[in-house]
Amino acid sequence: MSKTIKIRKGLDIKLKGKAEKTLQTVEQSDFYAIKPTDFPGLTPKMDVKVGDEVKAGSPLFHDKYKENVLFTSPVSGKVSAINRGERRRILEIVVEADGKQEFEAFTHGDAGTMSREQIKDNLLKSGLWPFIRQRPYGIVANPADVPKSIHISGFDSAPLAPDMDFILQNQMSEFQKGIDALAKLTDGKVHLNLNGENTASPLKKTNAVEQTLFEGPHPAGNVGIQIHHIEPINKGDIVWYINPQDVVFVGRLFETGHYNVERIVALAGSEVTKPQYYRTMMGASIEPLVSKNVADGDLRYISGNVLTGTHIPKNGFIGFYDSLITVIPEGNYYEMFGWALPGIGKYSTSRSFFSWLTPNKEFKVDSNFHGGERAFVMSGEYDKVFPMDILPVPLIKAILAEDIDKMEQLGIYEVIEEDMALCEFVCTSKIEVQSILRKGLELMIKELG
Amino acid sequence: MNGLRKLVDNIKPNFEKGGKFEKLHSTFEAFETFLFVPNKVTFKGSHIRDNMDMKRAMSVVVMALIPALLFGMWNTGYQHALSTGQEYTLMEAFWFGFLKILPIIIVSYVAGLGVEFIFAQIRHHEVNEGFLVSGMLIPLIVPVDVPLWMVAVATIFAVVIGKEVFGGTGMNIVNPALTARAFLFFAYPSHMSGDKVWIEGMAGGEGIVDGFSGATPLANAASGLMDKLPSTWDMFLGIIPGSIGETSTLAILLGAIFLLYTGVGSWKIMLSFFAGGLAMGLILNGFATDTNPYMALPAYQHLLLGGFAFGGIFMATDPVTAAQTERGKWIYGFLTGFIAILVRVLNPAYPEGVMLAILLMNVFAPLIDYYIIQGNIKRRLKRAKVAA
Repeated sequence: MSKTIKIRKGLDIKLKGKAEKTLQTVEQSDFYAIKPTDFPGLTPKMDVKVGDEVKAGSPLFHDKYKENVLFTSPVSGKVSAINRGERRRILEIVVEADGKQEFEAFTHGDAGTMSREQIKDNLLKSGLWPFIRQRPYGIVANPADVPKSIHISGFDSAPLAPDMDFILQNQMSEFQKGIDALAKLTDGKVHLNLNGENTASPLKKTNAVEQTLFEGPHPAGNVGIQIHHIEPINKGDIVWYINPQDVVFVGRLFETGHYNVERIVALAGSEVTKPQYYRTMMGASIEPLVSKNVADGDLRYISGNVLTGTHIPKNGFIGFYDSLITVIPEGNYYEMFGWALPGIGKYSTSRSFFSWLTPNKEFKVDSNFHGGERAFVMSGEYDKVFPMDILPVPLIKAILAEDIDKMEQLGIYEVIEEDMALCEFVCTSKIEVQSILRKGLELMIKELG
Repeated sequence: MNGLRKLVDNIKPNFEKGGKFEKLHSTFEAFETFLFVPNKVTFKGSHIRDNMDMKRAMSVVVMALIPALLFGMWNTGYQHALSTGQEYTLMEAFWFGFLKILPIIIVSYVAGLGVEFIFAQIRHHEVNEGFLVSGMLIPLIVPVDVPLWMVAVATIFAVVIGKEVFGGTGMNIVNPALTARAFLFFAYPSHMSGDKVWIEGMAGGEGIVDGFSGATPLANAASGLMDKLPSTWDMFLGIIPGSIGETSTLAILLGAIFLLYTGVGSWKIMLSFFAGGLAMGLILNGFATDTNPYMALPAYQHLLLGGFAFGGIFMATDPVTAAQTERGKWIYGFLTGFIAILVRVLNPAYPEGVMLAILLMNVFAPLIDYYIIQGNIKRRLKRAKVAA
């Protein structure tokens, strides 16, 4: 029997616009992009110029410091733009699809008979490697390492999160193949962490993995929380993790030899007319999905969930790791005496609002900041939504003080932004917890390598 | 509403950088954000934020103080009537107190917010909301006869030395309102203690009923006059002389219920504070002798007297100056209550110990947190060694 771990702290933010479990196919987008900004700490080095012809799986750029880590094109076509931001930082490499979808050919076959080096090499060359990330730091795994174990969270507990069971139900054979290949990369176990409240998950039939069940509110589905409760990361440990849908990509590679990153994403949020699931591709422009499917008004498009996702324009691209597009209203309005009104219909964890009376109501929440940034005043707020044996405020303060020793002692190896996103949401002082934490992680990488 | 918004938008450029009133930028911003929740949207990190903000958190505390304030107004009138042998109706008593206390509140807010606005401008900060609470606390913890200029001086001292030198709300070590009171207590002791200051007009001495004593129950108890203590019921209701807002345990409990319901006040600190006070009271009961009847005062009555309840509910729970770790709160609250009663009974110089106990424990709160954090670090290190 698999073990069940109950998470008690956390918060399920119930939002309007959950995706219905229907799968829709729309005409494929013409534009696809890989965004180096999806990879914290990466310095990209370009392998293509504007105008170059590429196939699905042809390298677009690579990691300047780990040259064998390639980032490849999701489609065949022509490189149409390299968009840069401040200080010429590369933001997006856009590929215009030719509609033919030709694949580069990579090795395929039974991963069970291949050596660790062969599997690694295949993943690196095809560009699937960056889907594997490591803890600590939440960065692309280093191919030179052998991890203690590999973790896969089989469910997502974030607000409006896609249902992984629904997405994966018809892809289980590829998923199993992916697991078999990944298992070769570690001397330890492959952990598949599942939602204990969902007994009918097709993922339960996965073989060759250690299954652990998690129950409780978000962030129970975050892999960082799960690792903390199964085998917490200590200094020097390296654990790898990968999203379940990306395991399918690995399975497809070993089945067909193609870099096929076709992905099912959920389109959700209060401003989506018909929230449901769509068959599309990693890096695709969201324009065909949202063009006729959203309400009027000033909207915010997010690749990912409302807590950790990336703000993208209406014709922006699905992020490298994301299986969810969320559309919520922008909150750029003034509200007279908004802080003093009873606040009926507004969502809050504080009981000075009345939302706690209707725990099952789904709320429409916008991007308003709701106040100004202040110093830490309230205490105990973070602790209620942070299910780890880590003291969140002292950790954040250690990061602000750039005290490496303290950061290490207080557990920075175990967390990345998504694990503390709820702290940021509930913060009365409106402190930018996630960006502070990322600065701390960057400092750790710089100082300790 | 739209008209007001337009007006604000029209005058706004004057306060921006380069505008005519650039120096009043923080002040303008404070008023603007008071009128309107700004249109600022999230741009990194979480895309949605809780509706709770500092203004609301602080106004919750101010609202929780209102029962104590209203009762204090009535009690001021009532005690005055008692001392002069007059009969006041409920409204007359309240109105009398209202006229006495309103100026104190105004002076406290004007002095304190003035300092806050100046510092916010110098530091290019937004104005912090913390003083909304301190400004209401200060009037409630002074005797009604306190001269207004003293309130102003003490408030300015407290905001500058108690808070701004450390960097403003959130950075201070000791509770600013208590800093103001401690300042008054040590700088102008004749206006802050004794038998005359607690009742309006008594220091003047005119028209006072012969033989009427304005001493607080605690002062009586400290001098061994146990027979002069009011009934437990009167203590609970608060029909006794004392600082403006501290007398009525009932009114304070109403505020406490509101704080606990909204979750703004820490129940851990409140509970352990009262437990600490009760524990010390019981210990003292155990050592009571005939020569020191004060020690025999029933422990539960200690909780009703003086500023104990007020301090425990509204001041020890100040999230900035209290312990900030969850376990630390238990220790902090318990010790604060414990020491408050210890000082109250065993120290001959101060009839009330709550203020000093909270200030003392404010100073020690970071130490408590330090040990709780070290405990966490050690547990984590141990885990690493077990695994290795």
